Amino acid sequence: MGVRYLGAEVQRMEDPRLLAGHGRYVDDITMEGMLHAAFLRAPMAHAKIRSIDSSRATELLGVHRVITHADLGAKYSHRMNQLYPAPVIEQDKTQYPLAKDEVCYVGETVAVVVADSRAIAEDALALIEVDYEALPAVVNIRTALDDDAPLAHADLSSNLMGKMRSSFGDIEDSFEKADHVFSAAFMQHRGGCHSMETRGVIARDDPWGDGLTLWTSAQSPYLIRRALATWLDESEERVRVIAPDVGGGFGPKAGFYPEEIAISLAARIMKCPVKWIEDRREHFVSTTTQRDQHWDLEVACTAEGKILGLRGKVTHENGAYVPYGILLPNSSLTPLPGAYSIPAIDVSVDIVFTNTVPNSPVRGAGRPCGIYAVERMVQVVSRELGIDPAEVRRRNYVRSDQMPYETGAKLRGGAPCIYDSGDYEALLEKALDLSDYNSFKERQAAARAEGRYLGIGVSSCIEDTGMGPYEGTTVRVESSGKVAVRTGAASQGQGHHTMIAMIVAGNLGVKPEDILFESADTAKFSHGIGTIGSRVAANVGPSAHDAASQVREKALKLAAEVLEASEADLDIEDGLVRVNGAPDLSISLGELAVKLTPMSAMRVPTGFDPVLEATSFDGSSGAPIACGSNVAEVEVDPGTGEVKVLRYSVAHDCGVMINPMVVHGQIVGGVVHGIGNALFERMIYDDQGQPLTMNYGEYLLPLASEMPRVDVTHMETPSPLNSLGVKGAGEGGTIPAAAAIVAAIENALEEFSVEIDYYPVDPQYLTELIDKGKVQAAE
Amino acid sequence: MADTRDIEVTVNGESHAANVETRTSLGDFLRHGLGLTGTHMGCEHGVCGACTVMVDGEAVRSCLMLAVQTNGHEVTTVEGLAEDDGTLSPLQEAFWKHHGLQCGFCTPGMLTSLTAFLRDNPDPSERDVREAISGNICRCTGYQGIVDAALDVAKTMQKGS
Ligand code: FES
Ligand code: FES
Repeated sequence: MGVRYLGAEVQRMEDPRLLAGHGRYVDDITMEGMLHAAFLRAPMAHAKIRSIDSSRATELLGVHRVITHADLGAKYSHRMNQLYPAPVIEQDKTQYPLAKDEVCYVGETVAVVVADSRAIAEDALALIEVDYEALPAVVNIRTALDDDAPLAHADLSSNLMGKMRSSFGDIEDSFEKADHVFSAAFMQHRGGCHSMETRGVIARDDPWGDGLTLWTSAQSPYLIRRALATWLDESEERVRVIAPDVGGGFGPKAGFYPEEIAISLAARIMKCPVKWIEDRREHFVSTTTQRDQHWDLEVACTAEGKILGLRGKVTHENGAYVPYGILLPNSSLTPLPGAYSIPAIDVSVDIVFTNTVPNSPVRGAGRPCGIYAVERMVQVVSRELGIDPAEVRRRNYVRSDQMPYETGAKLRGGAPCIYDSGDYEALLEKALDLSDYNSFKERQAAARAEGRYLGIGVSSCIEDTGMGPYEGTTVRVESSGKVAVRTGAASQGQGHHTMIAMIVAGNLGVKPEDILFESADTAKFSHGIGTIGSRVAANVGPSAHDAASQVREKALKLAAEVLEASEADLDIEDGLVRVNGAPDLSISLGELAVKLTPMSAMRVPTGFDPVLEATSFDGSSGAPIACGSNVAEVEVDPGTGEVKVLRYSVAHDCGVMINPMVVHGQIVGGVVHGIGNALFERMIYDDQGQPLTMNYGEYLLPLASEMPRVDVTHMETPSPLNSLGVKGAGEGGTIPAAAAIVAAIENALEEFSVEIDYYPVDPQYLTELIDKGKVQAAE
Repeated sequence: MADTRDIEVTVNGESHAANVETRTSLGDFLRHGLGLTGTHMGCEHGVCGACTVMVDGEAVRSCLMLAVQTNGHEVTTVEGLAEDDGTLSPLQEAFWKHHGLQCGFCTPGMLTSLTAFLRDNPDPSERDVREAISGNICRCTGYQGIVDAALDVAKTMQKGS
């Protein structure tokens, strides 16, 4: 056996190119004769379009065409496809690629200008005259279902998109038996994508050549290929979608966007390649975001703090259209009961339309919301009963001897949610150790003596990762001895190249540098699912491993024949098959590959399929459940409401780690995203649906200067659900973060009895709560 | 007709004469005029720092500077940080070693900002480094690998001097 790379901190293979400035993101690609596009977008949240006059825009020097819905003709006059149809969608609304006669959120695509340059196309936007008739807009999810609420679309019967429910166990009995019932209501706000690379598309249409090709900054090229082909009513085989280097995705790049259709049609109409690069302002108004959920919950527990049941109601903001089915409300419910063994749960969700940008998952999808809700209720139990937050958790965890543990909830697709492996309590103890939890009270008292307010917060999570069905890999040895490895899984910075090269190289017996890695091009691999929900490692890992094993076996069998040796005596190292004990006897993988890809009239050795190649779709047989416990330590200035995160400790278990350095990066980046959600990121609309935060002065992202050092420790409990024992790691940092931060703030402000019912916790909101607490204390 | 000017500018040691529109930003000129696409545009409103390049050695946001303003000046982009033979600079090496990048989109701006910063502040504290990149947004890494890389380079430079 050659060198094993699995579990080693291998420096990433993709880095030297990116560090030298030689990445190839969509906007870096240019083509002969390429034109540039800009979109005219709705300036009002809800309006009828009476007429569009683009004559002045068309006259501008350098403008080639202005395209509106009316210009597309009957063949292209329909709405976009629903990517995830579901029976609970009572009222389905998808967008037109270019608005027909009604716009339903600020930012909706109305027309596209094609010009010599992006700057000229943008100049022309100001010359298009659209006659709008303003309609009332609905923005607040708390009142969106009232009888007199304005409707998000003129032809809806109400703003209810649909209803969902997660219900198991005997909830009535749990609440009857309980010593205590506590309730809490809170709003959760999650922000947008804010990948540093905005979206972007190049389309080239060559009907007599290779068909329609799309380069797009996306997480799911195969989904886009199918959606686009379906929408165009053309064969998938004639549509090629390529995701080149992608500068971050985080969920919102996993969907299918109106611009992807509009730019394809523009290229078709103009008979030349057309490029569109989203600007940051467009990103704020047109890239899907996650936004608001309101939770109203009751928890039933014993006097000792053992939780017996959880019930309540959620209102979920869907935005103006349904591009993504019910993925978000669904993934908000799935994680209930979190890391705890809660026998009964009954929570229902109303999904409501508003006149805001449509909804999609952002890092973690609904999981951060579901986990936040559970963690808040655990916090309420801890506070009301005066039991230490860590101790309440210990009393409620699913124990390792209960694994596999079926919660009662259902995963997307209807399979039961089963926790496959893990030791949640041991993980908590690691996080507590790392954070010096036991000595916190002394730190807090010492700081208090100096007039400073310190607080600590604990949060635990589970994460269903690695959802199926597969993410395949092809491994092929070429005549040079280099190994071509192809997969459908697109990377947005997660280091797939390195991860897969490590697995294949170790298994096959070549150097990672000898792997030629290609991914995310629908013409180069038959099918892929998408880089979402921390699913790639737990699916592509096993398939890469299996494909490499098959190639190894085939190579050994062939080498045994050629070298006239027994297979058992052979080993592959650095691409060379050697006979143990006979150092001179060897043949390279390249030479073996040539024997299976001979010239004409030669023959392939009997008993062998042509080509030294194998494809595997081995994956995970269920959803491996990762878990984590986080401890946040904060300092709050009660005068200004400023929150500083002083320390942040993570104990995380994502099963066997393929490359611990990459896992560490995912966790730290994820935590910082979660801290951003907890403290900074707020996408605000006024009551007419006008977005008010449209640049990075108004919408705050976490900066290096405000972020703490994040300390991370791991456990590696293998998942029994795949051949490598891996679980996903992409979102486990984000999911528990907001709950830990919010609990820490409340802990710091205990003397003011602050109860936080909203995040992000900005200084203004926090000082209001502190003032309220002071008044109450005085009364 | 668009308003244009002739400029002469040295980029990564190579001099270029070009006729540019007066409204063209330095970033757009580098990317689309010279094909140096290593410089990235993340926000185009001066906050994210992805577009940072060095003009006469000073870190500058190329989305906020016009190409015509560089007439007669020297610009260094991320493509100019490595040795001519492609050997990565110590800072680039340290980013690689400390996993200071994921998607790589903020990376060119981080590298140019920190190259200028470390030249002027060879012995920074962690706080100094965090302040130095507080105008560079990274959505992927949580900044830790970037900060570690900068501190590692500073330490090595201190030992070397
Ligand atoms: S692109 Fe220049 S600062 Fe963001
Ligand atoms: S590495 Fe992706 S934004 Fe920094």
